[in-house]
Amino acid sequence: MMTYSIETNVNGRPRAAEVTARDTLLDVLRDHWDVFEVKNGCEQGDCGVCTVILSGKAVNACLTLAVQANGKDVVTAKGIGSPKEPHLLQTKFVEHGAIQCGFCTPGMLTSAKVLLDQNPKANRQEIREAIAGNLCRCTGYKKIVDAIEAAAAKPES
Amino acid sequence: MIAKRADTESVKAEYRVIGKPLPRHDAWGKVYGETKYSNDYKLPNMLYGKVLRSRYAAARLLSIDTRDAEKLPGVVSVMTAKDVQNNETVTRFGQTHAVGGFEGLYRVLADKKIRFKGEAVALVAAERRDIAEKAIDLIKVEYEPLEGVFDPVAAMQPGAYQVGEDKSNVICSYKVRKGNIEEGFAHADVIVENTYRVPMVDHAYLEPESGMAWLDDDGVITIRAATQVIEHFRGVADVLGLPHNKVRVIAPMVGGGFGGKEDITVETYLALLVWKTGRPVSLTYTREESIIAHGKRHPYIMRYKTGATKDGKLVAMEAELISDAGGYVYLSPWVLLYSTVQATGPYDIAHVRVDTHTVLTNNTFCSANRGFGGPQPCFAYESQLDELAKQLNLSPLEIRKRNYLHTGDAMATGRVLEHRVETEQTAEKVLEALGPPSKPKSPPEKIGRGVASSMTSYGRMMFLHDTSRSFVSLDLDGSVTVRCGVQDIGGGQASSLAQIAAEILGVPLSDVNVYIGDSALTPLAGTTTATRQLYMSGNATLKAARVVRDNLLKKAAEILNTSPENLDLKDREIFIQNHRKDTLGLKKTDPECNVNYGGTRKAVVAVETCVDDDSDRVVALEDVVKACAAEGMPLFNVAQFNAPTRELIDFKTGQGKVFADFTFGTQAIEVSVDEETGKVTVLKIVSCYDVGQAINPLSAEGQLEGGALYGLGYGMMENVIMEKGITLSPTLAEYLIPTAVDAPDVETIMIESGGGVGPFGAKGIGEPSCVPTAPALANAVSDALGVRIYELPITPEKILKALGKI
Repeated sequence: MMTYSIETNVNGRPRAAEVTARDTLLDVLRDHWDVFEVKNGCEQGDCGVCTVILSGKAVNACLTLAVQANGKDVVTAKGIGSPKEPHLLQTKFVEHGAIQCGFCTPGMLTSAKVLLDQNPKANRQEIREAIAGNLCRCTGYKKIVDAIEAAAAKPES
Repeated sequence: MIAKRADTESVKAEYRVIGKPLPRHDAWGKVYGETKYSNDYKLPNMLYGKVLRSRYAAARLLSIDTRDAEKLPGVVSVMTAKDVQNNETVTRFGQTHAVGGFEGLYRVLADKKIRFKGEAVALVAAERRDIAEKAIDLIKVEYEPLEGVFDPVAAMQPGAYQVGEDKSNVICSYKVRKGNIEEGFAHADVIVENTYRVPMVDHAYLEPESGMAWLDDDGVITIRAATQVIEHFRGVADVLGLPHNKVRVIAPMVGGGFGGKEDITVETYLALLVWKTGRPVSLTYTREESIIAHGKRHPYIMRYKTGATKDGKLVAMEAELISDAGGYVYLSPWVLLYSTVQATGPYDIAHVRVDTHTVLTNNTFCSANRGFGGPQPCFAYESQLDELAKQLNLSPLEIRKRNYLHTGDAMATGRVLEHRVETEQTAEKVLEALGPPSKPKSPPEKIGRGVASSMTSYGRMMFLHDTSRSFVSLDLDGSVTVRCGVQDIGGGQASSLAQIAAEILGVPLSDVNVYIGDSALTPLAGTTTATRQLYMSGNATLKAARVVRDNLLKKAAEILNTSPENLDLKDREIFIQNHRKDTLGLKKTDPECNVNYGGTRKAVVAVETCVDDDSDRVVALEDVVKACAAEGMPLFNVAQFNAPTRELIDFKTGQGKVFADFTFGTQAIEVSVDEETGKVTVLKIVSCYDVGQAINPLSAEGQLEGGALYGLGYGMMENVIMEKGITLSPTLAEYLIPTAVDAPDVETIMIESGGGVGPFGAKGIGEPSCVPTAPALANAVSDALGVRIYELPITPEKILKALGKI
């Protein structure tokens, strides 16, 4: 089978792989590069747990072909912040109890990060719309929306 | 919406860690993407497993030819039923202890009749995932399609197609008899009778069934799987004909359970492939496999007839429940027993007759799902209450208040409710919180409000003689280790144990480390099911921590020249009581609680220590630990908590005690319904439960919020659509669960009566929180439109049909 060489930058680290035309970014992240914080929930773009930031946009890694990521930056939950430098979103998710099983959390965080990068003062409705593609079965979403709202800049009164 | 806690404006003074809204200890790993779930590891030389599933729902399996698959390069093993030593066995549902009662037939790989579409037929292990997938396509299976039966009522009829090899499709039936039903209806001024239907639904956890396994150095098959029950190691060992101690199951953090990971999923398949190949194997279901081939919540058909006097007193309730178990037995008899016991709800009714049946069909099998037989009858009895209220011109609250069971009352099964029953208070609080009704925005929009109450058991059935064990120890620096074989499915099962140990041993939560979910290395704690872990393992951990505390206080009393009863333990110090000053509710906040909750809640637990010289009255925990260690005093304890037990109920009358306790709660919903389109919008939803004692209010609120949305999905959209055994909704694009834009902000109210049988008086809330939502929604829609929907989910189509518009 014909393969293609791809190079990307995952959370600031250069990565390369030989992929087939049908391999998805999710396959390559998990199978080739052991980037396990990107979860696999459906492989059909329905659940959002594999959401990553691809050159500034939130995408489902399972619907992105690996070759489409060639030459681009990929950011995952680990790239948003770390124990040494937590991102405000991560701190607010913990403080607000926005995490139960945690399986949707990496995808929620990447969607939320892109939202706040593009719309720093997002309101609750905008937050809900931004994470509408990220399913969560545990929390009822309220605490997730609370956490993102708390991380957003306050609207001018 | 502001989350409110009733009864406790300020945090209770007597607890230091319990009752505080602390960030969970497992939350940080999850936000940093560091938590490793079942499928987040690779081992050298690892193979990928794949399951071949039946194309037919009802068929005879004639032959399987695996030769082409075996020849494919990269295929290491292909297994069928003939390779399974004990292929036909029974599930014992993760028992720590052998008991009678029900056992469900469990077949590892199909070898006779195919009983549902998606049943496992063969297993493949290959060097790569894509090779395993290709190999599955190369296995030739010859089937003789059979007629099958897909409706439980048809399956009950004499002469019906037999799903299995037995003489009847009826797995079991139960009865409850109280009073004289004819006499009851004779006293009724008003009688309502209707048939209610609820659909098959999926758990839809975000993490599909998944695991990996390997043969360890010591020859033990070690399985790391997403499971609610590590004690399936016994069932796996039985299938392979191995001693139980040769199979080990480890449960990492689980990406959602909701009952769907209570039955065995990938574990046996992994063990078989590892045993055959000697190599590590990984196996994860696709989403489609998860939906078509693993247990669902049972669809029910429920005929209810209820009579009341003109002043609104219920006098008779007659119910017949038929549950569709699908192709295999699994937990159906138990789910049905829960439904039977809870069939008349939280109401006091003089004359009751309940008949229930669970029936095999060729649909996907059904088993445990959050609420375990509770949500189905709740939809029916709470609809009936509103139908009666309407005829009697009483408010929904009023008819309920006239009939709620109270502490000391007997249920229809004769069981006296000896613990706290606060249903009435929960109903008053939700309606108060709902506030004044919203105004409709435009002419086709109608506003309606609905309320529903439920009582739901927590803890397993008493005849199971349930137990849990937990180990608590102190290290030389005063840090604490808890080892307890709980499975953490996201509800904070591990973190709550850490809070209990921290409370008793007087250390901050950050000083406690918890090891969970390993059948070889953590004391067995039983299943994370039946809303039992806080109750059972919380009590076991409390018991173990108290023994360690007693030892510490004994040694500290010697050091401080006093008696242990004069001592207290807090902030890593042991001190003579009344010596330290607690400045509750004052200025300084505990660093662990110093969290901004958007101004909605202040957890003020300030602690200040007296500044005078106190060396003769205070000793550091670490020094006491070292003194104990020097003398060989044990600084650990492993405790077992035994739930109270009863023998089986009388199956002729249903009389007896099945559960240790119940959780009572009410939910209220306000909807707007568009009469032109049938679209329902939930404007407000309030959920109030007596939680006994919230160990961590942040986690408890999370359960109430998530439970209400789980229930709302059941009410509004969820439906595994099956046609002649074929699932028409096998993806999350067709099987719809609520998204963030569908979800209203759930307002939660917690009553802390302290009246539960869990640690510190806690009750269980994981399952109870989802039970009354769908009937509250149905009642709200009926209030808005004046017509009732008798079948879930309440879709726009059903509304327009009920309105006679289509």
